Amino acid sequence: MTKRRKGKDFLVKLLILLCVAISLCLLIGIIGYVFAKGVHSVNWSFLTSVTSVLRGNVGIAGNIVNTLLIILITMLIAAPIGIGTAIYLNEYAKRGKLVTLIEYATETLSGIPSILFGLFGMMFFGERLGLGYSLLTGSFTLILMVLPLMTRNTQEALKAVPDSYRMGAIGLGSGKWHMIRTILLPSAMPGIVTGIILAIGRIVGESAALLFTAGSAKLLPKGLSGLLHKPLQSGGTLTIQMYLSATSEGDFDTAFGIAVVLLLIVLVINLGTKAISRHFDCGRKD
Amino acid sequence: MNRKTMVEKTVKYVLTVCAVIAVAAVFSITVYMFLKGTTAFREIGIRELLFGTKWAPTAEEPSYGILYIILSSVVGTGAAVLIGVPIGLLTAVFFSEMAKGPMGGVVRSAVELLAAIPSVIYGLVGMMVLNPWMYRLEKAIYANDPTHRFTGGANLLAAVIVLAIMILPTVISVSTSSLKAVSVQLRQASLALGATKMQTIFKVVIPAAKSGILTGVVLGIGRALGEAMAINMVAGGAVNIPLPFHSVRTLTTQIVSEMGYAQGLHRQVLFTVGLVLYIFIMIVNFILLRVRKKEADRR
Repeated sequence: MTKRRKGKDFLVKLLILLCVAISLCLLIGIIGYVFAKGVHSVNWSFLTSVTSVLRGNVGIAGNIVNTLLIILITMLIAAPIGIGTAIYLNEYAKRGKLVTLIEYATETLSGIPSILFGLFGMMFFGERLGLGYSLLTGSFTLILMVLPLMTRNTQEALKAVPDSYRMGAIGLGSGKWHMIRTILLPSAMPGIVTGIILAIGRIVGESAALLFTAGSAKLLPKGLSGLLHKPLQSGGTLTIQMYLSATSEGDFDTAFGIAVVLLLIVLVINLGTKAISRHFDCGRKD
Repeated sequence: MNRKTMVEKTVKYVLTVCAVIAVAAVFSITVYMFLKGTTAFREIGIRELLFGTKWAPTAEEPSYGILYIILSSVVGTGAAVLIGVPIGLLTAVFFSEMAKGPMGGVVRSAVELLAAIPSVIYGLVGMMVLNPWMYRLEKAIYANDPTHRFTGGANLLAAVIVLAIMILPTVISVSTSSLKAVSVQLRQASLALGATKMQTIFKVVIPAAKSGILTGVVLGIGRALGEAMAINMVAGGAVNIPLPFHSVRTLTTQIVSEMGYAQGLHRQVLFTVGLVLYIFIMIVNFILLRVRKKEADRR
């Protein structure tokens, strides 16, 4: 190898390591900066009270409740539809125009940016169906958004179940649905749960699709009946409140406080999916 | 019909309905985008709307030209891809060719985490860190230029940097898996012919993984085009020619920042902005499909 060649190789290697360093520094920098700026605003009353000028305190309890409600409503509807779609595509459908169309639609849905989902949700669920700015409008919008994620993860999980399981069950006289319910779904459960967790992560981090659908109210619902009526009322999630705090309200302490909470949720979700897939992989080696 | 067959039939029916919901969603989104997005054309005229350069929706004589908004999106996305893709690709090379032991795992987890951070957090950090830097740079560059309108650091350059960071995880993960898919024989053949490791990577492995890398690039373009909240926080709030130190509005940020209060024709024009974005995204999706199909055929 000539000297020049060696030098060139070294330079390229250096460049590669530099790029890796950039990626790492970005992550550490962003997370470190957010924690450094925001940790001091996170305390018990920040998490359990509602911002009130009268009492002079700052809190995000209302936003936490809104976020949880949106996750709950969205996943209650999106998970069955997504799983159902995956079962249909993997177990029932024969290759043909309909399957191509469904797969194409799922692909397209996953490529649509969240601001366009927001625009559509506002026009269709908010105005056409008359739901206005409400958690329900926001949830319906998010269902469309997380549907591809649910479908794809379940499909992958179903594909990983060996065909011998299916044949065994059918051979023993089980009906198709019985086989799916008792054999396939339990075997595919880790993949499905991973899909659900990823979808929750997406909902927690979403903002553009919710700004014009779920609105930005931050009060806590009063009592049980308040909670039951909450889906029909406007409510801002953590991300929306963070956006408003950082822009129109100019309250950066709150913004960084919420950012810390959001990052912690993201970290937990990330570790959770990792733990599941590790567990799953171990199970398959046995 | 006995009970069992009835259950089977019902289940199949229900599952089909589930599967068709995705199709119905795409169909109705498309219909709504076109229905609502084209009404402004009738009142303003396609040419004036799409190629007009003056944006003054609340002026006494309102003017609705969205050319600079479209250009800002295109330029911002293009520049972000030009910065993000080389960095992402080289990081992917590290993962697939060099990373051994625990270090690779750590960096991989870091990249996954980078992808999961909500976009508002990127926006917040950009606002607090990047914009002040940009402002200092701006003050230094335009110190003796009385015609320059100072932006306080909220400019196109800041948006490009944030977007480049945001597409990194996509580019890295897609490129890594396609680089890893290149067969070992190809590498061994190249090394056996006397090529160095770096020559092998850049002359053999990367060309062989071309279509996979391209998929990552196209996905990155889609992500950058559609990103709204983060760049809305760092790119400023005025419609301008997309130059590095100008405040700009992109297709997405225009909707985010004005949909809340827009009325009448102004609101209709914002729907048109949405339609333009939708068409861009459909083109990106179409290219993605073609690239993926090519890759699938090759394998």
